Amino acid sequence: MIATFLIQDGVTNGAIYALLGLALVLVFSVTRVIFIPQGEFVAYGALTLALLDNDRIPATTSLLLCFGAIAFLADLWSMRRGADVRAFTRSLALNLVFPAAIYGLTTVLVPLGLPSFAKALLTILIIAPMGYYVYRIAYRPLADASVLVLLIASVGVHLAMMGLGLVFFGAEGLRARPLAEANYTIGSLMIPAQSLWIYGSTIAIIIALYMFFERTLLGKALRATAVNRLGARLVGVRTQLTGVTAFTLAAAIGAISGVLIGPITTIYYDTGFLIGLKGFVAAIIGGLASFPITAVAAIGVGLIESFASFFASSYKEVIVFGLIIPVLVWLSLSHAFHEEE
Amino acid sequence: MNIRRILPGFVGILFLAIVPVLPVPPFWITLLNNIGLASLVTIGLVLLTGVGGLTSFGQAAFCGFGAYTTAVLSTNYGVSPWLTLPLSLIVGAVIALPLGLITVRLSGHFLPLGTIAWGLALYYLFGKIDLLGRYDGISGIPPIKFAGYRFLSDGSIYYLIWFFVIVVAIGAGNLLDSRIGRAIRALRGGGQAAEAFGVNIVRAKLTVFIFAGVVAALSGWLYAHMQRSVNPTPFGLSMGIEYLLMAVVGGAGHVWGAIFGASIVLVLKDILQRFLPDIIGTTANFEMIVFGILLVLILQLSRDGLWPLALKLLPKRPPRPVPASSRKLAKRTLAPAGSPLLKVEKARKAFGGLVAVNDVSFEVKAGQIVGLIGPNGAGKSTTFNLITGIASLTSGSVFYEGQPLRGDSPRQIARHGIARTFQHAKILPDMSVLENVALGAHLRGSAGVFRSFFRLEREEEATLLAEAATQLERVGLGQYRDRPAGDLALGQIRILEIARALAADPAVLLLDEPAAGLRHGEKQELASLLRKLREEGVSVLLVEHDMGFVMGLVDHLVVLDFGTLIADGQPADVRRHPSVIAAYLGGVA
Repeated sequence: MIATFLIQDGVTNGAIYALLGLALVLVFSVTRVIFIPQGEFVAYGALTLALLDNDRIPATTSLLLCFGAIAFLADLWSMRRGADVRAFTRSLALNLVFPAAIYGLTTVLVPLGLPSFAKALLTILIIAPMGYYVYRIAYRPLADASVLVLLIASVGVHLAMMGLGLVFFGAEGLRARPLAEANYTIGSLMIPAQSLWIYGSTIAIIIALYMFFERTLLGKALRATAVNRLGARLVGVRTQLTGVTAFTLAAAIGAISGVLIGPITTIYYDTGFLIGLKGFVAAIIGGLASFPITAVAAIGVGLIESFASFFASSYKEVIVFGLIIPVLVWLSLSHAFHEEE
Repeated sequence: MNIRRILPGFVGILFLAIVPVLPVPPFWITLLNNIGLASLVTIGLVLLTGVGGLTSFGQAAFCGFGAYTTAVLSTNYGVSPWLTLPLSLIVGAVIALPLGLITVRLSGHFLPLGTIAWGLALYYLFGKIDLLGRYDGISGIPPIKFAGYRFLSDGSIYYLIWFFVIVVAIGAGNLLDSRIGRAIRALRGGGQAAEAFGVNIVRAKLTVFIFAGVVAALSGWLYAHMQRSVNPTPFGLSMGIEYLLMAVVGGAGHVWGAIFGASIVLVLKDILQRFLPDIIGTTANFEMIVFGILLVLILQLSRDGLWPLALKLLPKRPPRPVPASSRKLAKRTLAPAGSPLLKVEKARKAFGGLVAVNDVSFEVKAGQIVGLIGPNGAGKSTTFNLITGIASLTSGSVFYEGQPLRGDSPRQIARHGIARTFQHAKILPDMSVLENVALGAHLRGSAGVFRSFFRLEREEEATLLAEAATQLERVGLGQYRDRPAGDLALGQIRILEIARALAADPAVLLLDEPAAGLRHGEKQELASLLRKLREEGVSVLLVEHDMGFVMGLVDHLVVLDFGTLIADGQPADVRRHPSVIAAYLGGVA
């Protein structure tokens, strides 16, 4: 009985980690960025949903305005040596008008008392564009940098986003209302509807990602960029566009994870980092390259964590993070890196 | 010594010495103490990350080991802090050894991720162990005592902290400017070349890792006795990230930049913590936003950190004269001319289904120049890599003086006196031409970390540098001695690689396309240098495309085509060989 409960708990968390792991693999394979701030989108998503539940305007909308304004300034700076009107208008629309529109939409919608599903969608709409802005502000100027420099930059972005989370949400934890309140029982097992949402979303996103990469031109362009950036560019793939797509998708997946996990645990401004890191463990096991291995590994991480928290609760984090080390050693030995890289 | 060069350092030390007696607000001293403690960790990180290329986010954990060691021993067992100092450092080293053995084997981006993982795991571990007081930590740590004097106040421990900072900074500078330092500096981007001259890469990485761990433990020991209490918070991942930020801000390749970076970050943090709450109206760790933005901005705008910008204000360091050395390096006794030296027997290398080298056999006799020629893709460079151990044989064997070299690493092969150059030159562009050549003489010195740190190896170092200078003169690059090697033209870089190989006192010289990119006159000089080496008894195996250069020079010619040996003999005979003509001209002979 305890085992089934632990398994269920592990699979539920594992599904969330799987989503995050997939996003990390997606971003890394396309842009070579090890996206440590992925977890922040989870916290932003969960906290945004929790505030919407209380019929308050989430601070993330103002944050989105800030991000847009900074991205606009960055665009202006890169246009300082002459710009054409089209590029300027585009930047204006994308960085100022678009976030303002989302802000306006939110202020109009919140007092109407939306159904919870609409709130979830609104949350994703607020968070997903942040992926683009983060890419534009922090990573695009570093497009030629090495993986290590990008990783250190990621740590910087993580610090800044976590700090902003503290400013905009405060230090108190919040818990969102579940998307559906019902519980189903199968035998002795009680499954909350929220868990079903989690399983369903994870599976749906995995299938959607698969279809996207296999069936669409943009997906194929992303894969081509992942294999060979220069080569993809030579055959006409706009590698910047693929970067934008990868980061926006990652932010969207982060927001979805936040919406899903927000109702089952209390989220603080810094919770996202730890959740994201567990997605990381899975992504690393997948070699930051394989979607299916990452998904399976994430379930494994969830299970290990759930059993560890029962049998050795105080050492839960030690076990989960300590586990990465042997995996990394194994990966390092099996992937012979070449010096010329 | 140039007075303008040492003046800034002198002023700095004088400033540090008198600050505590000046009527400054007490928080200045606290801040300077914290800067000193952070500088220690950051100096280690500069060597590890900036110089050695191993990015670590986990250094704060080593402070924890140092701090907890002394906290437990001095509080629970009443051990004197002076006795716990070596113990703290030993614990730092003992932990760093196995952790380093694992970590340095991680490749590429797995390494920093690994440090994040163990950094987090160790932090949680500190908080769970009863002996370490769990998350409450240990308090009531006794102060350091010296001859009855107790280092109780911030102002007194200040001198102790900065004494250690200056000793470690000077020592770290010494270490980098030594035989071991060249090996460490070669880790970043030049590992393969360093290994070909006998540098043990894993050991060099481990050396910096342990060094960084030990200085971090030193910082932890000081911290414990300054704060008089410890808890896990300052040893967590976020402090580890902050240390890395300091190294990046300072300029990850500069020892003094570490102190600079630590100062900037901590002063900034102090200002932010003092004034931001007034502006925003709440107290919380808002400085992390600023730090995060600062980190990204520095990477975007000035990737080498801020210290190089500060260095521009200082007068330029004049090129150091090569120290005169009375001692001569021991020279290898060379095998008598004509005796079999290097023998390749049925060497085969297959990459999957592609056979790059197909059962090739040939021999290099002592005192011979042997040419290895063939069209592009014939397997010449692969053959070189098989001989020097960079690639492993699929089957067959290579003998040196009758002994099989099978399975030996490039480092062990270098010990036999087999020195090489690379087709794609592998030099360290930021190091001076002289130091690049001195790397070749790595195996002819023996000074280790300890002697280098305290400058006890100057005589040996002078001999190594003098040898490097001699070889540079010999190949005609003497005038470029103090220039960064990256400034040289491609042809000169190839000659630099030859000088580096000569500095190893080789018995056999393996040259991969040495004449490519040289002008006609330079080629003739190279040919006469090689002839002179032959007269001295050095054997040469060279890959070359310039037939005029090869034909006039070599004693023996080996021709490969598609990985197979097609001709082997005197140059004049080989030239008439029908399959050679077919391979080169493509006609039917």
